[in-house]
Amino acid sequence: MFAHETILHRLRHGCQTMAYPGGPTPALPDRHGGTLRVEAAKCAEGCAACVPVCPTQAITRTPGNPVALDLGKCIFCAACVEACPTKAITQTNNHRTAVRRREDLLLGRPGEEELRLATALDEKLKKLFGRSLRLRQVSAGGCNACEADVNVLGTIGWDLGRFGIQFVASPRHADGLLITGAVSRNMELALKKTYDAVPSPKIVIAVGACAIAGGPFIGNPQILNGASSVVPVDLFIPGCPPHPLTILDGLLRLLGKLG
Amino acid sequence: MNTTREFLPLSNGTSVPWADVPEWPADEFVVATAAELDHGGRLCAWFGVPENSATRLVAVIAFDAENTLAVGRSAPVTKSYPSLTLRHPQAHLFEREVWEQHGLMPEGHPWLKPVRRQNGGHPAVGEFFRVEGGEIHEVAVGPVHAGIIEPGHFRFQCNGEEVLHLEIALGYQHRGAEEALTGGPQRAAMSQMETVAGDTTIGHATAYATILESLAGTEAPLRAQWLRAIALELERLANHTGDLGALANDVAFLPTSAACGKIRGDFLNLTALLCGNRFGRGLIRPGGCKHDLETERAAQLLDKLRVALAEVNQAAEWLWDSNSVRARFEFTGTVSAGQAAEIGLVGVGARASGLVRDVRFDHPAGWHRFAPIPVAVWPGGDVFARARVRWLEIQRSAKFIEEQLAAPPDGETMEQSFNSSWQGGASVSASWGEGEILSNGGSRGRPPHQLAVALVEGWRGEVCHVALTDSAGKFRRYKIVDASFHNWSGLELAMRGQAISDFPICNKSFNLSYCGFDL
Repeated sequence: MFAHETILHRLRHGCQTMAYPGGPTPALPDRHGGTLRVEAAKCAEGCAACVPVCPTQAITRTPGNPVALDLGKCIFCAACVEACPTKAITQTNNHRTAVRRREDLLLGRPGEEELRLATALDEKLKKLFGRSLRLRQVSAGGCNACEADVNVLGTIGWDLGRFGIQFVASPRHADGLLITGAVSRNMELALKKTYDAVPSPKIVIAVGACAIAGGPFIGNPQILNGASSVVPVDLFIPGCPPHPLTILDGLLRLLGKLG
Repeated sequence: MNTTREFLPLSNGTSVPWADVPEWPADEFVVATAAELDHGGRLCAWFGVPENSATRLVAVIAFDAENTLAVGRSAPVTKSYPSLTLRHPQAHLFEREVWEQHGLMPEGHPWLKPVRRQNGGHPAVGEFFRVEGGEIHEVAVGPVHAGIIEPGHFRFQCNGEEVLHLEIALGYQHRGAEEALTGGPQRAAMSQMETVAGDTTIGHATAYATILESLAGTEAPLRAQWLRAIALELERLANHTGDLGALANDVAFLPTSAACGKIRGDFLNLTALLCGNRFGRGLIRPGGCKHDLETERAAQLLDKLRVALAEVNQAAEWLWDSNSVRARFEFTGTVSAGQAAEIGLVGVGARASGLVRDVRFDHPAGWHRFAPIPVAVWPGGDVFARARVRWLEIQRSAKFIEEQLAAPPDGETMEQSFNSSWQGGASVSASWGEGEILSNGGSRGRPPHQLAVALVEGWRGEVCHVALTDSAGKFRRYKIVDASFHNWSGLELAMRGQAISDFPICNKSFNLSYCGFDL
């Protein structure tokens, strides 16, 4: 009886996996705001109102230069957006934040108003990983939010497996690492060993502000300010934490599965 | 009141002058603390405050049945003091922590070793308790685990399948969250508190904001307190639902596992409806809340809440109806009420061992003063009881939110004095608790030499923050105690005599924080 009802209930529910990316893109929460855009030309002369309100020192402005925003350090609290009197820094409502190079997250210079989205792996790696990518996840000083929203991709709503991406229980089974956390000194060795245990060729994905630059803990002596301090990173996905849609966008972009 | 009691009483969410905190020589302080614990007290925090080249010990004790907290301190002490753990095992990790942080030796402590190896080194290196014998084998797991979870090291002493002893070595996640606050609060402090344990953003952010408000001699507007209380229950709903799913998964009961994984996300999305972030980041700020919950948004929240609740009820029903699930949950990983009290369990772990222990009920602060929540208790102390308490709390949290949405208080969501002191952007988010921002606030500045205590019932259990200000009103010492600090010992006890294959469900039934412990 019980099994019967359970099966019936599941049948009534039908397939709960979202149509994206074939269908419409799920909407971000209206207060999310998405990633940021900087139009330094709009900066008022001598104004630096955004600099002191940034909790992670992601914004700098030196005399005579336009404002510079590092989205790798950004935790997307939007304090700068509210503080800016001339609307030079704005929210885009765009969920896409993944980039291949660290410098692609630096905003402010002419022509660099927005981040430069990730390109796909080269043909050889795409051939190797494009249809089957196995990742080992290492949390190295993560707060369990990035971890949770990576985990969410494995649930029935997102069903990461349909893209051939899977998280595995051993680095020996993996094609690469997905790293979260600011990389605490006490995790440095374990992270290095895990990386070394992954057979080559391998890729590394840094998810969240912490894994890119230290996040809210940037500069604390007990952390190494992100994964790049220990291993080479191939994909950076900013956010605190990045929305599951943002993480998925980054993974698919890397594999060349998005236009 | 018991006349032998000598600690200074205070209420949750308030502060007292440091000079008023009674003081004993260290050895007598241990005796006085033990006496308070003998009289029904519970150790919320035990920590050191550096003074010149010596250290003062401070104890914060909760008298749950009397709805009061109490605080006491020792005179400056160097080198050593007689261990409190010998009389009250609930002090064992606190004393190890003080030893690691300040070099104070608790004489007679039965198992003195670092808590986090926070001065560098690798937590799993060093001595572990070992069982000797020809048929005994040792199993070492971690720090990197097989799933998408935080790192920690587990060392099992086994006889065949049976676990005789488990020792847990943590510290891999140490980011210096507590140390960074000394001399602060710095600009990043609020964001750091939101990520002390990222799944308990609302819990820790509320505790931190309450500390700053209490020191400033004010409190958040009622509407902000109301909003914080709602957000706290949304956080509980998401995590408890996720835990029921994870427990189902670990006994290979996939219908509930699959359903709860999705419903958990639905609850996280309700928090995102409040503030844009699924974990509640950016909602709570010193002085109130950054966002409001307008009527239309509240109606949307209620609709979605009812849908998610109906779905989680359905998924839980399958779980409870399944004989195979009950067979795996019942009498697995049992912690008796006596053990739970002795080691000072809090939260779900304590309530599942039959202890009536819930900050929202015992020490109501903020909105809980007006909207009490009954305590969900289940006897047994096993995996089943811990799952059952979560299910009860899912019902109660949803009901609480429904009730609160029906009767919102009017007014602002931000205490204006926390804003007006900010000279730059005059925006709400600008007053993040940066040192000069608040101390510029005239009468709202932080007073010197004041001790503030804030407890919040996070979804795992008690979140305790204690702040002591210096002569300039900056933090001289800030202490954070996540529920996990009390409860990891509960998991160690739960595994005794258990098959090692039961470790996953025992672990999930506690689901403790690594970073919340490692700080």
